[in-house]
Amino acid sequence: MHNQDMPDGWDALKGTGVAVRTAGDGDEVAGVRPRWVALPESAGEIAAVMRACAAHDLAAVPTGGGTKLHWGAPPTRCDVLVDLCCMNRVIEHAAGDLVVRAQAGVTVEALAGVLAAEGQELALDVPVPGTTVGGLLATGIAGPRRFRRGTARDLLIGVTVVLADGTIAKSGGKVVKNVAGYDLGKLLTGSYGTLGIIADATFRLHPLPAARVWVTTTVARPVTETERAPAVAGFLPATVAPVTESPLEPSAVEIDWPDVDGPCTLAVLVEGAAAAERAKTLRELTGEAAEVTEEPPPWWNRLPDDDALLELRACPAALARVLPALREAAHASGARPAIRGSLAAGTLHIGLRGRPGQIADFVGLARDHAEGTYDGRVIVLAAPEETARRAGIWGRVGALPLMRRVKERFDPDHRLSPGRLAGGV
Amino acid sequence: MTELERLTARLTAALPPDAVITDPVRLRTYECDGLTVHRATPGVVVLPETAEQVAAVVRLCGDHGVPFVARGSGTGLSGGALPRTDGVLIVTSRMRRIIEIDIPNRRAVVEPGVTNLAITEAVRDRGYYYAPDPSSQQVCSIGGNVAENSGGAHCLKYGFTVNHVLAAEIVTPDGEIVELSAHDPGYDLLGAFIGSEGTLGIATKITVRLSRAPEAVTTLLAAFTGIEAGGQAVSAIIAAGVVPAAIEMMDALAIEAAEAAVHCRYPAGAGAVLIVELDGPRAEVEHEFAAVERICRDSGAFEIRVAASAEERAAIWKGRKSAFAAVGRISPAYIVQDGVVPRTALPRVLAGIDRLQEEYGIRVANVFHAGDGNLHPLVLFDDAVPGEAERAEDVSGRILDLCIEHGGSITGEHGVGVDKARYMPRMFTGDDLDTMQLVRCAFDPRGLANPGKVFPTPRLCGEVPGVRKGAHPLVEAGIAEQF
Repeated sequence: MHNQDMPDGWDALKGTGVAVRTAGDGDEVAGVRPRWVALPESAGEIAAVMRACAAHDLAAVPTGGGTKLHWGAPPTRCDVLVDLCCMNRVIEHAAGDLVVRAQAGVTVEALAGVLAAEGQELALDVPVPGTTVGGLLATGIAGPRRFRRGTARDLLIGVTVVLADGTIAKSGGKVVKNVAGYDLGKLLTGSYGTLGIIADATFRLHPLPAARVWVTTTVARPVTETERAPAVAGFLPATVAPVTESPLEPSAVEIDWPDVDGPCTLAVLVEGAAAAERAKTLRELTGEAAEVTEEPPPWWNRLPDDDALLELRACPAALARVLPALREAAHASGARPAIRGSLAAGTLHIGLRGRPGQIADFVGLARDHAEGTYDGRVIVLAAPEETARRAGIWGRVGALPLMRRVKERFDPDHRLSPGRLAGGV
Repeated sequence: MTELERLTARLTAALPPDAVITDPVRLRTYECDGLTVHRATPGVVVLPETAEQVAAVVRLCGDHGVPFVARGSGTGLSGGALPRTDGVLIVTSRMRRIIEIDIPNRRAVVEPGVTNLAITEAVRDRGYYYAPDPSSQQVCSIGGNVAENSGGAHCLKYGFTVNHVLAAEIVTPDGEIVELSAHDPGYDLLGAFIGSEGTLGIATKITVRLSRAPEAVTTLLAAFTGIEAGGQAVSAIIAAGVVPAAIEMMDALAIEAAEAAVHCRYPAGAGAVLIVELDGPRAEVEHEFAAVERICRDSGAFEIRVAASAEERAAIWKGRKSAFAAVGRISPAYIVQDGVVPRTALPRVLAGIDRLQEEYGIRVANVFHAGDGNLHPLVLFDDAVPGEAERAEDVSGRILDLCIEHGGSITGEHGVGVDKARYMPRMFTGDDLDTMQLVRCAFDPRGLANPGKVFPTPRLCGEVPGVRKGAHPLVEAGIAEQF
């Protein structure tokens, strides 16, 4: 049953004592405008909002910085946007324990500022400025250093979550080493708000590296029309493998290939003690033309910004086949991709320019190749509605039935971000 | 004929001739894992060789409503693989093929019965290794590591099993074979499965990450007059921005035990020894080693030894690695605990353990992963003295209370199992545990997978409440998506 009686729901929300307002422009979730916005200031207030939603069968979608609200599938219904912007407190930074607990609405930039004051960092790169702790976990987005440090799920050690019925639950804790009970934080990573609303999260930290050095080189300069693609493909095994296989322990190995008919830039990050010395050795592996700098190239840790954004996941060695295939897909579809990402970790982000049909064709070709030849995935992170509908957002999800069963237990009435994930979850 | 007998007949028909054990004498050999205080003779033991056979066994258990428990090498220290007398024990020891080694992708695909060390041995000569190193690594199985999310001395720098597994094929408690992959979008089911102690299913094929062997390794042993000075050195090392591969500490009683057992010849008169291992690029290790050595001296180390060779490194580690078994030399019986505290709370918690020793008249030897605050207090007692076992058990429980009070955990790497399930409500609220139970019910609504472990009170899952009864059949089949 879907409650259409606005005054009831509105009164119930107001009755919680939590700040609420009528939704306006800019509150849309993947094109769906909510009716109201609630602004809780604590886990208890989120719970009060969720109980009111449960009593009146209102669907709720959480948001942090709102930087990725257009990602994912549109919710099948959305009455209340739960805006966590007021939950922006760093609850505890235990520097001696290399642990921080922060509310979900804290931006990664604000968090980094607090941590840097003690010479520490959350050793993740977040490629979308303004991302909050909650948004980071809900989307599972990560940048270049995923190769060395993993993604948010690898550094998350505790979480507090509010369920659809208002239950407040936590798992993990504030110690890094802890195997007591199920790790709910893992489930919430990549959940797009469909299981619960993350109220706060605890992460393990690392000391800020003594130094950071980038080794950057441009490769595959077009010589002749026919040589371009093979040059990129051949370059990978020849140059990237020795870098990732060297004992110099680079933190990230990234490419930027803004135009598949143009040159490609490779950048390697080395950090820690003796970084400059290690970078020098790496330069010998990447070629004398490489530059060694203490500043990243301008595209570092930024997603390509175009009409649509894809994430491609593959085993690293498959990328030698993937890059030429993407170039072919570009030529066949007419879409123009800008490719950037972690060669060593096997994750690429692809920005696409073109008409919705061209982009959908590109996604289809890239996805068929990925799923068919190297067990990869192509996920549409953001795209115009028409493209998303034609191409499909998620592609293959191996464990979809299990995911659906988890959703049914956590949110049986489908009130939390319904339909935002694959298969109607 | 009991339900178990009817099931056994079907298991015998479904599996190869020698894969079902019903002989009472042979069943007895599976009655416990590494935690020997808990014992139960399994109803029947099966030794499947393939994922399909595991799935068949699990489906048959479902048909008969009989619980099942998975077991790898049986080295666990929390009774996670304690069998059920009314159930089936599924032993993965015949599933020990290394299916694929894929150096360009830095990964290996293995069956669950492969030992942890076997992976490293298979790739060592190509300059790689498998990072998690529980101290039982020569024997323990990778399937067991996945179930327990095993750590080891070097997880301070490199993380746990969950950080090194890229995919797993599992048999769900329904008997379906499902692939959980880090590549899949959506919930991190792989991450949730790892460490679920066999309550969400059985891993039948595991893809692990291989790590590049470090260019340089340096191991240092520093002797202090007391545990406080050692603790101060640990804090100062962390504050200096160094992340060693391992930092281990032993107190005087643990040193005494190790000396008696393996003659490790740690410096005489040491009230505490600290083992610090640094690894990584040579230039980095050299730089950090200088800092660590200086910090140890500044914190009052009266002797520092540096291993110059693999043999010398092994000599330093010998005392530490033998510590659990060694206390058998100085005490007839002991309980090993696995609590964790925030590193900065170590001095207060150790002082608290001292007070407990006095209050109860029970000795506690302390061996711990100091870098991550993971204590392994060894509570020593004589089971021949009436009441002493109970007092030791009390001390053990109160140590866990101390850990919880200081914001820590009841288990850092051994798992909850059957041993610590009753302590879970001290660490988590009813709502926390009920929420975890939702995961259990999603995977195993009938509660047949390793029941009685992890959670103190088994609950019935019931039907999913609410108006929706399952997804649309087309969506369920993965043919259509709902927007």
